[in-house]
Amino acid sequence: MSTQTIPAPATSAAAPRPRKKKSSPRSQTARTVRFVLLVLFLLMVLLPAYVLFVTSFKPSAETSADRAWLLPQNWTTEGWKTAWDSLSPSLWRTFQLAIPAALISSAIGSINGFVLSRWRFPGADVLFTLFLFGMFIPYQAVVIPLRQLTVWIGLPNGIPTLIFVHIIYGIPICTLIFRNYYASVPHELVEAAQVDGAGMFRTYASIILPLSGPGFVVTIIWQFTSAWNDYLFAIFLSNTRNGPITIALNALAGGQLTNYSASMAGAMIASIPTLIVYIVLGRYFVGGLMAGSVKS
Amino acid sequence: MRHIGIRKWGPGLLVMIPSIVVIAVFVYGLIGWTVNTSLTDRTTALPADGYVGLENFTNLFQDDRFIHSLKNLGILTVVFIVGTMVLGFLWALLLERGFKGEGIFRSIYLFPMAVSFIASGVVWRWLLNSAQGDEAGGLNKLFDSLHLGFLQNPWWNDPDWGMAAMAIPAIWQLSGYVMALFLAGFRGIPGELREAARVDGASEFQMYRHVIFPQLSPVALSALIIVGHMSMKMFDLIMAVSGAQYLTEVPAVYLWTTLLGSNYAKACAIAVILLVVVAIVVVPYLISNARAEKRR
Repeated sequence: MSTQTIPAPATSAAAPRPRKKKSSPRSQTARTVRFVLLVLFLLMVLLPAYVLFVTSFKPSAETSADRAWLLPQNWTTEGWKTAWDSLSPSLWRTFQLAIPAALISSAIGSINGFVLSRWRFPGADVLFTLFLFGMFIPYQAVVIPLRQLTVWIGLPNGIPTLIFVHIIYGIPICTLIFRNYYASVPHELVEAAQVDGAGMFRTYASIILPLSGPGFVVTIIWQFTSAWNDYLFAIFLSNTRNGPITIALNALAGGQLTNYSASMAGAMIASIPTLIVYIVLGRYFVGGLMAGSVKS
Repeated sequence: MRHIGIRKWGPGLLVMIPSIVVIAVFVYGLIGWTVNTSLTDRTTALPADGYVGLENFTNLFQDDRFIHSLKNLGILTVVFIVGTMVLGFLWALLLERGFKGEGIFRSIYLFPMAVSFIASGVVWRWLLNSAQGDEAGGLNKLFDSLHLGFLQNPWWNDPDWGMAAMAIPAIWQLSGYVMALFLAGFRGIPGELREAARVDGASEFQMYRHVIFPQLSPVALSALIIVGHMSMKMFDLIMAVSGAQYLTEVPAVYLWTTLLGSNYAKACAIAVILLVVVAIVVVPYLISNARAEKRR
């Protein structure tokens, strides 16, 4: 049942297909042009990935400009070892940051989204708009006093503070995604539960929560990647000893004497977890964007 | 009647109270704090002596360095928006029909979004190497070997238009996202509309021009707002590609260097200006969204 909303785009995309039967020479050309364009763009997008991959396996002698675009003559994992040694502690810290941040803000967003779409109170719409503004603000407008406030609350600098901060600033977007998502749940389901005398919590637990899988996939991907990739909060609220991988990577790659193979290997290490999330769940992500965020 | 209502919606409001409190404190409270500091004379690490009105703001607008950072931001934003909108739309248009292997293109176009600006900045710093001729590296080297030497340029090191080059990594990163939004838009258009247009004898081009494209304007607006507000707060990418330096300075980076010098009042004033610029774009959008929803 959880897949209900996802395949919908696929069917509508298939609708114009029958035209293919009368494939005229002209539409044949059009299709070829389209394909060539798509492949060209593909190569453009993959170009930086090629450089990353190739350079990360080069010995430092080969990272000079004249061999820049060539494959390594002597493949080596030296760069990967250097990168791993300097990044692995922060890699684990980033997992400790991104997983709870994603799960908790998704859970909060789910309940909020349910209330704002299906258990509304007076002023719910105004409140929702006020929440949404929190999603668009430049975080620069809050981050300067944020450090003082978290110290004052007594949160230890580094990962605990960052978990807290990512949960809070993740609430608006998670609430938005779930609110839009739940708006597509048929009214009758919720009403039927109420007729049966179910209160708010039972309605949520028995009707809404079991349907929430795709919504959670979208918010978890979103929150995991934004916590994982965040640099702004990290640079204000942590340092290289207790911060996430973006801080450590920028320290590794940003020095005066850059070790190119190590910093490119480091960039790959820092990107692998989010890339895996996209590869495994990316299909649902696009589906969720369709079912959720873009309502208009 | 009223108290019966409360019994009905009360629990909903109750479970949302924690979220309401943290958003009130961490979004609106901290914005207030930032605005407050921006009006004081807290230009050192010491506490403020008193209020100075708008002096920090008037100083900023007479500060050549700040004006320069605004100019940089303007160039970056225009190129970034145009680039992502054009590429994202084009990719969606090429993919919207759905065909075998479409998913592969879609995933690869989308994948840069999973990567942090810090990680991709490692490659882009290398690709956008300003050296030319024999010394050339990165893209300049590639142009050279493809006999496209005339395309070589100093990238972001150009003092006038360098920020346009800084937009390239951002375009690379987010065009896939805009594509996903447009794809969602394309697929939300009922198949019957296309059929009806064909039955009416519209050519393929006319169908797109008069039937499909007008349906996409809400999506285009959302994409524009999302990309635009991302550009306003651009920080990570610039820190990763060039580091904090005058040539590529935007307000968010200027804020950071100002804060390193402990000039809190000035840093907060920059933050407030950023917030106001974003709010001018976002607030009308949020309000019109809320109104449109109410009408539905």
